[in-house]
This record gives sequence, C-alpha cells and structure tokens, in this order.
Amino acid sequence: MLVRGKILRISGPLIVAEGMEGSMVYEVVLVGEERLIGEVIGLQGDRAFIQVYEDTSGLRVGEPVEGTGGLLSAELGPGLVGRVYDGLQRPLSVIGELYGAFVGRGVKLPALSRDAKWFFVRSGVKAGDKIEGGSILGYVQETPILLHKIMVPPGISGVLKELAPDGDYTIEETIAVIDVGGGRREEVRLASKWPIRKPRPYKTRLEPVEPLITGTRVLDMMFPIARGGKAAVPGGFGSGKTVLMHTLTKWSRTQVNIFVGCGERGNEMADALHSFRKLTDPASGRPLSEKAIFIANTSNMPVAARETSVFLGVTIGEYFRDMGYDVLMVADSTSRWAEAMREISARLEEMPGDEGFPAYLGSRLAEFYERSGRVVTLGNPERVGSLTILGAVSPPGADFSEPVTTNTLRYIGALLALDVSLANRRHFPAINWLLSYSRYVETVARWWERDFKNWLKLRYEALRILQRESELMELVRLVGPEALPDPDKLLLDVAKMIREDFLQQSAYHPIDAYSSPEKTVLMLDIIIKFYEEASRTLSEGVPLAKIREAPVISRIARMKEVRNEEFRKVYEDIVKNIDDYFRKLRAGGSGGS
Amino acid sequence: MVLSLSVKEVRRALSARGSLLLVRSVEGIKYGEVVEVVLPNGDSRVGQVIDVGKDVSIIQVFGGVSEINVDSIRVRFKGETLKIPVSLDMFGRIFDGLGNPIDNGPRIIPEDWLDVNGAPLNPAMREPPSEFIETGVSAIDALFSIVRGQKLPIFSGAGLPHNRIAAQIVRQATVRGKEERFAVVFAAIGVTYEEAYFFIESLKKAKNVENVISFINTASSPVIERIAVPRVALTTAEFLAWKHDVHVLVIMSDMTNYAEALRELSAAREEVPGRRGYPGYMYTDLATIYERAGKVAGKKGSVTQMPILTMPDDDITHPIPDLTGYITEGQIVLSRDMFRKGIYPPVDVLLSLSRLMKDGIGPGKTREDHYQVFMQMIAAYTEGQYLRELSAIIGAESLSERDRKYLNFADLFERKFVNQGENERRDIETTLDLGWEVLSVLPEEELKLISIENIQKYHPKYRSSVGISVAADAQTS
Ligand SMILES: Nc1ncnc2c1ncn2[C@@H]1O[C@H](COP(=O)(O)OP(=O)(O)OP(=O)(O)O)[C@@H](O)[C@H]1O
Ligand SMILES: [Mg+2]
Repeated sequence: MLVRGKILRISGPLIVAEGMEGSMVYEVVLVGEERLIGEVIGLQGDRAFIQVYEDTSGLRVGEPVEGTGGLLSAELGPGLVGRVYDGLQRPLSVIGELYGAFVGRGVKLPALSRDAKWFFVRSGVKAGDKIEGGSILGYVQETPILLHKIMVPPGISGVLKELAPDGDYTIEETIAVIDVGGGRREEVRLASKWPIRKPRPYKTRLEPVEPLITGTRVLDMMFPIARGGKAAVPGGFGSGKTVLMHTLTKWSRTQVNIFVGCGERGNEMADALHSFRKLTDPASGRPLSEKAIFIANTSNMPVAARETSVFLGVTIGEYFRDMGYDVLMVADSTSRWAEAMREISARLEEMPGDEGFPAYLGSRLAEFYERSGRVVTLGNPERVGSLTILGAVSPPGADFSEPVTTNTLRYIGALLALDVSLANRRHFPAINWLLSYSRYVETVARWWERDFKNWLKLRYEALRILQRESELMELVRLVGPEALPDPDKLLLDVAKMIREDFLQQSAYHPIDAYSSPEKTVLMLDIIIKFYEEASRTLSEGVPLAKIREAPVISRIARMKEVRNEEFRKVYEDIVKNIDDYFRKLRAGGSGGS
Repeated sequence: MVLSLSVKEVRRALSARGSLLLVRSVEGIKYGEVVEVVLPNGDSRVGQVIDVGKDVSIIQVFGGVSEINVDSIRVRFKGETLKIPVSLDMFGRIFDGLGNPIDNGPRIIPEDWLDVNGAPLNPAMREPPSEFIETGVSAIDALFSIVRGQKLPIFSGAGLPHNRIAAQIVRQATVRGKEERFAVVFAAIGVTYEEAYFFIESLKKAKNVENVISFINTASSPVIERIAVPRVALTTAEFLAWKHDVHVLVIMSDMTNYAEALRELSAAREEVPGRRGYPGYMYTDLATIYERAGKVAGKKGSVTQMPILTMPDDDITHPIPDLTGYITEGQIVLSRDMFRKGIYPPVDVLLSLSRLMKDGIGPGKTREDHYQVFMQMIAAYTEGQYLRELSAIIGAESLSERDRKYLNFADLFERKFVNQGENERRDIETTLDLGWEVLSVLPEEELKLISIENIQKYHPKYRSSVGISVAADAQTS
C-alpha cells in the first residue's frame, strides 16, 4: 500500500506532511493536487520532511501527498545522447516544443521517447547461455559515433531463455527473457532504471593510469587528469571555469561527455547546445553533440533539483562507463548545489556548520566524487571503463578557504586553481601554476613516456623556471629588472615565453583550441631547447642583447597557430633555427650575428 | 474592488515585526499568495504569504508594518500570486514599485495580468545572444561589447558617474542595419528622488527612445517594496519583449539597495545569516531577477539588462557585486582612479568583461580585426600598468626603451581611447581605428596577438591617411 498523507506546512522548497508512516527516506512522493515531484529527506513519527523539486507557490495545507514506493531514478537506454534534460531528467527540448518557452510545473514527460524505434543487433549470446548483470545482449547504433551496448541490468543473473531477433524495437519492448531460477523470469528491455543516489556496481576498481587527453596544454603537460580521476576547478567569477569545462567536454578523448549545468546561467547552456551541434569531434569529424548529454538546472530553476542534476549526471556517466567507455562528466557549479543543501538544511532547522552549510556537506561531496573511477565492469565480455569527474567550485569573493572549496580538496586528485588576477590579465586558461597540483603525474607519466621520452623532464623544467620566476619577480619589484644578473634576466624571458607562448591557449582560436599531445610536448620542447642553448651561449660570454635578437623568438610566439598535423615539420625547422643561430653566436664570440 | 465570496479573511494578526505579520491560518491559504492588509482607516497594503503552517502563517507586507495595530486590521487572502496589470499604454508613464501610477495620469486598462515572478525560461529554448549593440562608447564597444539579450551590470562606487554612463548608452545605442522597436524600462530602487528624475528626464530627451516606462521606489519609499520593484519592471519588460516583439533594455538602479532590503527581510525572519549578514539564498534570489534576460527561439523581441550597483567601500569582493558577478554575463567596473584622473567614462578596463562579446563581434558583425585588437590592447595595457607600478618604485629612467613605449601606450590608451565626451558617439570603425593608432606607438613586433594579415591591412603604417594625429601627439607627451 502506498502512503497517503497531507501537507502540514509549506516553506519554500521544503514541505512537512503528516500521516506519512510507512514511507522511507529518499522515497519519491507526489505533492499536492498538481502532483509536484518531491523526495522524502527526513522522517519523524508520522511526519515526513519533503524537498520539492518544483516551485511550491499555490500549495495549501491539507493537500494530499502520495508515496510512490520508488526512489528517484534515471532512465537509461538509447536516446540519451544529444539530449538536454532538467534535474529530474525531463527532456527540455520536448517540453519546449509542447509547452513553449517557459518551464511550467507538474510536467510529467518520460526521459526517453516511447515511440522511437532503435535497430537492435544481437551480440552473439544465445538462448541457454548463462548470463549475469552487465553482460552484453546486443547493440544499438545510437549516433554515428556512439554504439550503445544493451546490458543485462545489474542484479539479474541466470539463463538466457529468449533473445529477440535483430530488428527495430522501442525501449518498452522486451528483447530478452532471463530465467533467474526459482521459476522466476526477468524481462530485459532496451532501457532500464537506476536510482540516482546509488552507485552502479562494478567488478574491480583499477588504478587510474591513463591520462585523459584534453587538448588543453596546461592540463596535459602540467596538471594531468587521469581517466577515472577526479578534479576540482575553483575560481572567482569570470576566472574561466565554465569555458574550461566547455573546452574539456568538447575536445577530451572520450566516448561520452556529460555536461551538468547546476544553478548556473541559461545563456551558457544555450551556447553549449548550439556550439556542440556546430563543432566537430577531432577524432571522428562528427558533431560533438553526438557524444554529449546535457543536464541543465539553471540558477532560476527550483533549487532542490540542483542536487538531483548532479547525481543524475553521475548515474548516466556510470551507465556508459559500464559499457566499457571512457566518460567525462563535469558539474558547473558544485557550489550552487552546496548552497541548495544549505538552504534546505536551514529550513529543516538543522544545526548549521561552517558558514551555515550543513555538517554533512563533506560526506555529500565525497559521495559524489567517489563515483568516479576506472573499473573492470560487470558481465561479459570483460571490459574496462572509466568515469572522470570534474567539479567547478565558485568560492565567494574568490576566497579558497571557504567550506565548499576546503571540503572538496579532501576528495580530489587534481586541483586546477583558477586565478582572477590571471584572468584579468587575460591569461587563459587562468590556471595558477603555483597553486595547482595533480596526484596523477607519476602514474600517467608512463603513458606519455612511451611516445615522448622527456615528458616528465620537460614538465619539471618548466615548472622550475616558473617557480624561479615568481621568486625573482619579488626582487624585481624592489630593484627593477635591470639590476638582475644576465642569467636571471634570461630566465625571466623564458618564463614569459612559457606563460605566453605555451600556457596561454584561447578557447576560441580555431586552431589553438585543441592542441594534440604531440604539438603540446613539442612546443614545450622548443622552449626548453631555446633556454638550454641560450644559457650555454650566455655562459660563453655572448651578451644577452644578442640572444634577445634571435629571430626565432617571434616564430616561437606564433607557433600556437600551427596546425596539429603540421607541427612536427615546423618543430624540426624551429629547432634547426635555434641550433644554427646559437652556434653562430658562439662561434663568432660577442660579435656573431 | 469587488469582494468575491471565495475571498478568505482573517480579522486580526497575532503579531507584527519588521515587515512580517503572523496570522492564524485559515483553511486553504496558498503558499505565495497575495494578501491585502486593510487598516481601520480604510488604507490597504499588499503582502505575500511566505510560510504556511497548520496553525500559523507568515505574511510579508510590502508597505511595511508601521502603524499597524494587530488587533484592528483585517487580512484578506486573494487566492493568487502577485500579479500586475500590463498594457502598451504604459509607455511614457511612471509607476510606484508595485505598478500603481504615480504621475497623475489615468489608470492603465490592462491587456493582461502577469505574475511578477515570471516563469523560468527553458534553457533549451534560449537563443544565444549575438547581435552587437553599438553604444558609441569606445571602451565598451571595443573591449566589452554588449549584445542583445545580455545581462551586463555596472559596478560603481558612491559618487561615480554611473547614471551618466547609463544615460549615454541609452541615448546612443543602436543595432546596425535594424529599425526595430526599442524601449527602456527603468526601475529606481531606493535611490534619491533627484537621481530618479534626472534619469527619467535624460531618457525623455533621447531621440531614439520613444518608449520609457519607469518604476520608482525612492529612498523614502517602504524598504520592503524594493523586493518587488525589479520583478515588476521585468514582468513589464517580458510582456513587451515576448508579446509585442519589442527590444527592451532594463536598467535597474541601485541593486545594492535591493540586496539591503533582502538582508533586512531575512533578519526579520530570523534566518541564519550567510556572509556579512546577507541571506544564504541571495545568489538564487538575485538569479531569479538577472536570469530574466535573453532571447528566445521563435520570438522577435529581447530583454537586455543593465543593472547598476554601488560596491560598498569600492570592494568588488563584497557579497553584492560578488554574487552579481557570478550570475551576470560580465560587468563594467568603474574605477575611482580613472575618475580622479578626469577620464570619462572612468572604467576599469582590466576588471571589466563581457562574456558574450565573442559571439557579437568579428567579420560581418563588427570587423575582422576586432577580437585581436581587443586582446592586444588589453595585453599591452596590462604590461603598461605593471610598468607604471615598477617605475614608481625604481624610476622611469631605469626602464628600457621598450618599457617606456609601453608606459606611453598606457597613457594614450586612457586619454585618447577610453576618454571621450559624454555626447560623443564613435562608431565601431572609428573606435577600432583609434585603437590601432594608439597601438601603433608600440614596436610592430610587440603586436604578437594580431595576425600578420591584419597588421598589414589595418596598421597605420600600412595605411596612408590615418595615424598622424596620435603619433604626433605621442611625440609631445
Ligand atoms: N580559455 C579561454 N580562452 C579565451 N577566453 C577565455 C578562456 N577562459 C575564459 N575566458 C574568458 O573569460 C570569461 C569568463 O569565463 P567563464 O564564464 O568560464 O568564467 P567562470 O569562472 O565560469 O565565471 P562564473 O563563476 O561567473 O560562472 C569568458 O567569457 C571569456 O571571455
Ligand atoms: Mg561559469
């Protein structure tokens, strides 16, 4: 019997209902005559505390509250890709077509189309085979670049009794029947459901050892993220969090990308939706929207649904991970979700912690980031998949000592600290190289060094130069640059080169937006070579002024504009330029030119 | 007003505090519905239900609860959320913060009644704003260009000329090649009477703006009404944009007063305060205002917002500018330093930003070199600013030849490029050409951010007629 209670109190997104004995925490309930979607977040006697995921205006005391017996779940199956959903997985474009430009209340629409037919191809399993959760029954080519693997839902295992022939099916048609023993049978369809707050199971967890190639130099070279890793991007307003996350979901080498806009701007979502349709994936040449899923709960949409949007994103991410894919999920911004938690907690009159955030802020963040990982999935055939999570953090006043940032830092493997002062100077991506770190450097180095023997050395050398620069700059502020000895002046020149000609990378430049691993390494290689040659030349008594006249400097300044495919050729040419010029300088002593 | 039988009424309140009334609940009170609080002398005030319990409900009263005797009032529940009448007759009219006419004109015959809270725009139905608005102000057009449907606030400080800048933008703004209906909705929030009327008068003089609608809550109007003003103004703007295809610019001044009212209300409700006493939900609350800007697929009109706020103590990390910056699509920051130097408009070029600029500029929209000129000017000015600081410590004479050129650039950039007359309108070509002239005091090889093709096409050195005036000026400075 499903629970039926009555509203006792309404306070913003929180309502209290009585007569709710028998309901469970996190049960989905339908609130009021309009049957708004809510979730039980606390129980006390026969009273339930319910957070409502839609605007509560107009609700009255005494209106009914109905239990559903179920948990908030994601619908998983063909048709997810290219969609934009709200935090309750309602398809926003369909809502737009049906209801116009504004999001109303009480709209109930399924996440996946009930009418669409998908061509199902069997994987080779046959009736009589033993089968378990995660095993692949067949495939649906969802988009030209995404093969959707139809898996037995976790928790079901037994003997395959029937498997539908290749053909067109809707997501509601049964494609397989499994005898799970005890005379019971389970039917499997193209789509299934999974509660969003519950991590999907896997066989074993693996160490994240492969880098996630992002095409953003400062990440790939300086602060790499591993596939299956987790990273946070804190930064004040306008420091470039959203642009960085858009960039990563555009160019990262993954099979599926999920962008969660949580309590942020509507125009940014619109921009993402439009640009993902226009831009093409570097690997396949297909529109980026054919491998992306968007979840949009903008800042003016109901606050409670910020939490569901984040967990919905992770759940969809795990589902594609289970197919054996590399998935990237970004959440912009986790601070807005934390603020929603704070608001609900305040209305529940819970004991406030730091800056009013609830005491469970940390554990809730952990639940989220812990769902990243590189795993051996359930079922056959054996496969490895990964879910990488990146969360933006929006600290008030760009002050990183606030609770959301500090709590996040406890759980992540890489910190990409964005710096407002760099952004004001239009140094983008405004990742502060002194504050940021990555715990994945040592593990992903093995991957890089298969092709680029000196990856680790280049990285170390560049960071050393930048570190030294910051020390020297303090001196310069006191005595001016001219008072420094020549080797230090040269170091400052090279540091500037690293900053401007290597680290800076415009997200909007048609060529520079994506830098291939080869181009990234070779660019830095050129700069470090320049530094070595120049230092040697300087130490042999050639004046700095001569070194500064090197024509190759302006070529280095423009090497970003070289296409990835052409870079190796240009690299060889520039290196030759460097060698020739400095050899000549050294040979000719101070008079060389 | 017609009393319908369904109206619920409570005869007295339990208590009154700040702007809140506690009343005994009667059956069927709706969360968020509007109430009318009737005083013994027949006056009435509007309020809204903000908490409904089985026994007690809380009402926020927009007129405030001064002079309210809890025993002798009546509270009538209207059964619906706060709505205002809207119509095209509102053009040229002046209203209070709740939409009542205060200009002695006739009543508005409503074409529609709209909920002041609006409804969230479906993000999937938004169209990315991309139509460049030429304001004729060089710094804005070149460095933080505005597009239709954007929300771009002015972060000002006490005594800085934000009103004059906003008025200049309104007078001069055009979208190239378009003759469309353009209207301004002005919301005065807790500003002085003089300030509000200065603005309305200067708008009336603008030739391009036939249509101004003003909502005024002055410093002496009830504080709590400030919560309603921006919403009432935006509801009107949305009505014009989405129903009547009008391009609307909404100017709201001063959002700092709005935030103060929000803090006062939160304190009255005894909520746990967030940073510096502002409520924890201030981000969300401000977002429900600022997000009501944009363009919508299939609709011709647009809502562009230019909120104005004064940063307490000129501090950009104060929660009001900080949370605003986290919501809006950039900001124009005014600088006291530039103001003291006598530069108008006194903008802080490095702190100002338009996030939607990239979609509104470039070939076919402004000019192909725009983005590069912008990036180069910012980079050069950053360098110039740094060298200024340095030369203040070590003396200009210890700077190199190159560095002195950057100092010269920074000066020219401020005095020639940013600085302009309050009635001077520069079109985008003039602005970009001026940018090139100022940049041309730097050695050509320093222009690393500009492509060689653009240098050869636009650099004064390669063009015969321009480039004399500033270069000559550079010699003398
Ligand atoms: N990689 C980049 N290349 C070029 N421009 C960039 C880059 N990153 C950021 N920017 C510039 O900085 C602006 C602000 O970036 P973004 O919107 O990502 O900031 P944010 O940190 O998400 O701010 P908020 O917290 O307010 O959302 C962009 O509109 C763009 O102009
Ligand atoms: Mg952002």
